[in-house]
Amino acid sequence: MKVSYKWLQEYLDIDVKPKDLAEKLARTSVDINDVYSPSDGLTKLVVGYVTSLKPHPDSDHLAICQVNIGEAEDVQIVCGAPNIAANHNVIVALPGARIGNNIKIKRSKMRGELSEGMICALQEIGFTEKVAPKAYDEGIWFLPEEAKPGESIFPYLGMDDVIIDTDITPNRGDMFSMRGNVNDIAAFYDLKPHFTEKKVVENSDEQTSDLISAAIPNPEIAPTYKLRVIKDVQIADSPLWLQIKLWNAGIRPINNVVDVTNYILIKYGQPLHSFDYNKLPSHDISVRHAHQGEEFVTLDKDTRELIAEDIVVTAGDKPVALAGTMGGLETAISDDTTAVTLESAIFDSILVRKQARRLDLHSESSTRFERGIDPATVETAVDEAAQMIAELAHGTVTTGIVTGSETKPKPVIVKVTLARINHVLGTSLVAQDVTDIFNRLAFVSEFNGDTFTVDVPTRRWDVNIEADLLEEIARIFGYDNIPSTLPAQTNNVGGLDAEQKLIRSSRHVLEGLGLNQAISYSLTTIEKAQQFQITNGGTPMVLDYPMSQDHVATRMNLISGLLIDVAYNVARSQENIALYEQGRTFVPVAADQRPTEEEHIAGVVTGKLLTDTWHDKTEAVDFYQIKGIVEQFLQNMALTGNVTFVANTARKEMHPGRTADIFLDDQIIGYVGEIHPNTAKEYKIPESYVFELNLEPIIANDKIARHYQEISKYPSITRDIAMLVNDYITNQEIVSLIQDKGGAFLTDVTLFDVYQGTHVPEGKKSLAYSLTYQDKNETLVEDKVNQAFDKVTAKLIEEFDITVR
Amino acid sequence: MGLQDKLNDLLQQGLKQVEESVNLESINDVRVKMLGKKGPITEVLRGMRDLSAEERPKVGQFANEVRDQLTNAIDEQRAKLENAKLNDQLKKEAIDVTLPGNSVAQGQPHVIQQIIDELVDLFIGMGYVVAEGSEVEEDRYNFEMLNLPKDHPARDMQDTFYVTPEILMRTQTSPMQARTLETHDFSKGPLKMVSPGKVYRRDTDDATHSHQFHQVEGLVIGKHITMADLKGTLEVVAQDLFGDELEVRLRPSYFPFTEPSVEADITCFNCHGKGCAICKYTGWIEVLGAGMTHPNVLKMAGVDPEEYGGFAFGLGPDRFAMLKYGVNDIRDFYQNDVRFLTQFDQKG
Ligand SMILES: [Zn+2]
Repeated sequence: MKVSYKWLQEYLDIDVKPKDLAEKLARTSVDINDVYSPSDGLTKLVVGYVTSLKPHPDSDHLAICQVNIGEAEDVQIVCGAPNIAANHNVIVALPGARIGNNIKIKRSKMRGELSEGMICALQEIGFTEKVAPKAYDEGIWFLPEEAKPGESIFPYLGMDDVIIDTDITPNRGDMFSMRGNVNDIAAFYDLKPHFTEKKVVENSDEQTSDLISAAIPNPEIAPTYKLRVIKDVQIADSPLWLQIKLWNAGIRPINNVVDVTNYILIKYGQPLHSFDYNKLPSHDISVRHAHQGEEFVTLDKDTRELIAEDIVVTAGDKPVALAGTMGGLETAISDDTTAVTLESAIFDSILVRKQARRLDLHSESSTRFERGIDPATVETAVDEAAQMIAELAHGTVTTGIVTGSETKPKPVIVKVTLARINHVLGTSLVAQDVTDIFNRLAFVSEFNGDTFTVDVPTRRWDVNIEADLLEEIARIFGYDNIPSTLPAQTNNVGGLDAEQKLIRSSRHVLEGLGLNQAISYSLTTIEKAQQFQITNGGTPMVLDYPMSQDHVATRMNLISGLLIDVAYNVARSQENIALYEQGRTFVPVAADQRPTEEEHIAGVVTGKLLTDTWHDKTEAVDFYQIKGIVEQFLQNMALTGNVTFVANTARKEMHPGRTADIFLDDQIIGYVGEIHPNTAKEYKIPESYVFELNLEPIIANDKIARHYQEISKYPSITRDIAMLVNDYITNQEIVSLIQDKGGAFLTDVTLFDVYQGTHVPEGKKSLAYSLTYQDKNETLVEDKVNQAFDKVTAKLIEEFDITVR
Repeated sequence: MGLQDKLNDLLQQGLKQVEESVNLESINDVRVKMLGKKGPITEVLRGMRDLSAEERPKVGQFANEVRDQLTNAIDEQRAKLENAKLNDQLKKEAIDVTLPGNSVAQGQPHVIQQIIDELVDLFIGMGYVVAEGSEVEEDRYNFEMLNLPKDHPARDMQDTFYVTPEILMRTQTSPMQARTLETHDFSKGPLKMVSPGKVYRRDTDDATHSHQFHQVEGLVIGKHITMADLKGTLEVVAQDLFGDELEVRLRPSYFPFTEPSVEADITCFNCHGKGCAICKYTGWIEVLGAGMTHPNVLKMAGVDPEEYGGFAFGLGPDRFAMLKYGVNDIRDFYQNDVRFLTQFDQKG
């Protein structure tokens, strides 16, 4: 809400800088968007009196004006406004002036005629189109007759005021009014406010109830509904003081009736609606839900199609307003209005909110109905409005208020003990401190031994329970004054659990191996969500009402997100990309059930893992490099289970000859390989190698308790074997057999050469392994090693038909 | 010429030869020539048998001195020569040490992960446990159990990705408040937990909005937890992240699941409170929201609000990272440009 500092001063003897007041408001009640003066950035704008004018000889729309700017001689200013006229005070921007949009005014010649400045419209001195009065849309603004030429225009237009623009949290609806602001500021500065209410004088004997009736059959949608009628009104512009109050609050002045309702809205936070009494199709007023599909033309000339949840004010069952949101065009106040029906009501906050949201009709009124209305001022507000209309539009106020519904607010009594206050806030307040705070808030309180009994005024409908009172005490006492402590230490031990530790370590391992952590979007397209699954898990969970086509479904793999990242990098000329991601994948269980969330880890390498330098040229990544990363990762996980790699030619998105499924014992936990060239093409990326692992079985698998073996003091012996073998026999088969049949002293098997080509027969390959033997307890004798080596060689021949080379 | 004079002569002669040796071969020659078994000193000593019993030890001692002196001189000269030779060689091996070193493979943790880990570690140090919830949540836990019934206006502030009317992408990490409250065994002491994770809002992605971001939720519930404890905790967090010379201010705020609710600001680290574009000329930067847990939240989770109470807070790692490093576009976090990711490599 845009709170005028000058208006506040009418009710409060406040003498702090507006900036300081704003800071105090932020620390005590509501946040601050901005503190500004309407005159910020404007200079050399003075009152000018147009003494005479003549048409410009070379233009049909320019006028040459002689303007008194308070100096000995008039100055000549060329003006193009259609409403320019002599014997009026106008806004003059002198040469060197800064006007709106930071435009600088210079002395100039306009079609040959000297112009010593510019005569300005309100829009040209910073007023927004939304706020500047409509009557002056096309022309300049006239200052009041009593304005003195040469003086600054700011005081005449209220532009010397300072506006504190507050950002109000949903609970503090009371702060949407001057009254609420005055009360809160008075509380935290310990001031006595002199907020004045204007009493109505019913200067017509005519009974309002003879003119109009209100019946609310469903008081839940309009708990309070009241009407007044003012007759014999003369519609005119409002006095300048009222217009200033409105435009400084960001509301456009319209006429003396509508302006009064807006003034009351700001002063009390009570929205009022004014109907042209004579244009109401009937004088039997009611409030009801709209009929599904019912049409209604609102004030802004839009035809609205309503739904059954909407609420409308009706006259003779015909809608005349969207309750609390916007009035109707047909019954709006116009220049020929002579009688006004004023509505002061409380509408259901949820229904108003939904209606305003659905129709995108958030207004000053709907905002206040949404945030709450003080039931105590519904009548006060309509009375004061009626009186002001009587005064400003010379109307007569008929006798009595017509009430369609009225829900008396229930008294709110909240109790809290002094001990509880100090226990929750961590303070050491004494009873008098608390009583003072309640007094400053103007909450009636009683202290009885240890308990405060507080009668909460209706204007603070956000205060209902003990916790609410604690907040009031805390903020008025001042958060700055609350001590700073830490929760008393207990015997709780904090920390990560085993799963969290493993996940954290898994990230560190891959970073150590050269992959950068990526965090991609979990929501993706349906197609990408279901690609690259470790096991075929079907289709992903899909959002009911997504925001964009790219983020529709929850991912079932991490690789597709990483490939999007690769594509993003490739498009930006990055050639070497090494990424990993650790995060959730979502495996649907059944409709209407939440999916199972699995922790996965995945990686991608495109190009080289190391960048070339002048000194060192490296190879582009290949299958064995990414596999090395996976192997080291799994080694670090210290799994007791047996990890094996098995070729899989059937993964749709993967290279059929360069992909291995990864098994932990007999459970598949992931895969590693090159992505299929077609997949690479789809993603617009070059040759890339990926892996994805399901961390859940890795977490669940027992870990090797002592991932360590003592270094033997005794020497080791190695034997090399080179063999020719059919090329369909895998390394894994051979290594498994060697390990299996290698004997008790075999400690290591290392493949050191693979060869195919010249000197190797078609269909065969040459493999060479180095076998290491060692005894932990004594020096091995050659004989034992020879025996074991011969045995394993024989087994290899028997099993795989190898030829030893 | 007496033996003594002879020895003296030999010494002078030897020292001269040592001094004149310019390489290891010549110094070796000197050693063999002077000190060898067939060398002149041995020769002189052989002549000692002709000396008297009184003179013999004197000459013997002198002969030993001469031998020692020569040995030392030779060793010294040899060391000098060896050193010179090595220095020569090292000189030849000199390279341009300003040429760059080889590249090494080191991946970096994501900057948001770094912030989360830092926060989590900070809280672990204060005795918190870490509880990660599900990213797909039930409406009940994401809203209702947090005192946000179906028509609550605050739901409008968080546009939600629904899957079904009861299932949604969590809009906040706060559901873990309700879930941990339901399961915590208070007989074993207070509940102190943080819950980091991804959250989702139905937003259009732009420089300041992202449909996916992160939160770290915190909850402390016990018999003696005060607002002063909350204030102290928030100060620790803010100062740990942004520096302990910064002032922390608490402002009243509103969250349905806390009452009183506060927001914590820190002095703008860019302008130190004077006002600048980063702090929108307020001198303050909003860093987190918090409050004393609403009694309804406790009640709904089956915890007696008369006996137990405490505080909750929500931290935004994305926002922290943006503030801390001056990242202007939140999308940078999720596009994973390697030039972006690799910059955050400060350790320790
Ligand atoms: Zn700043």
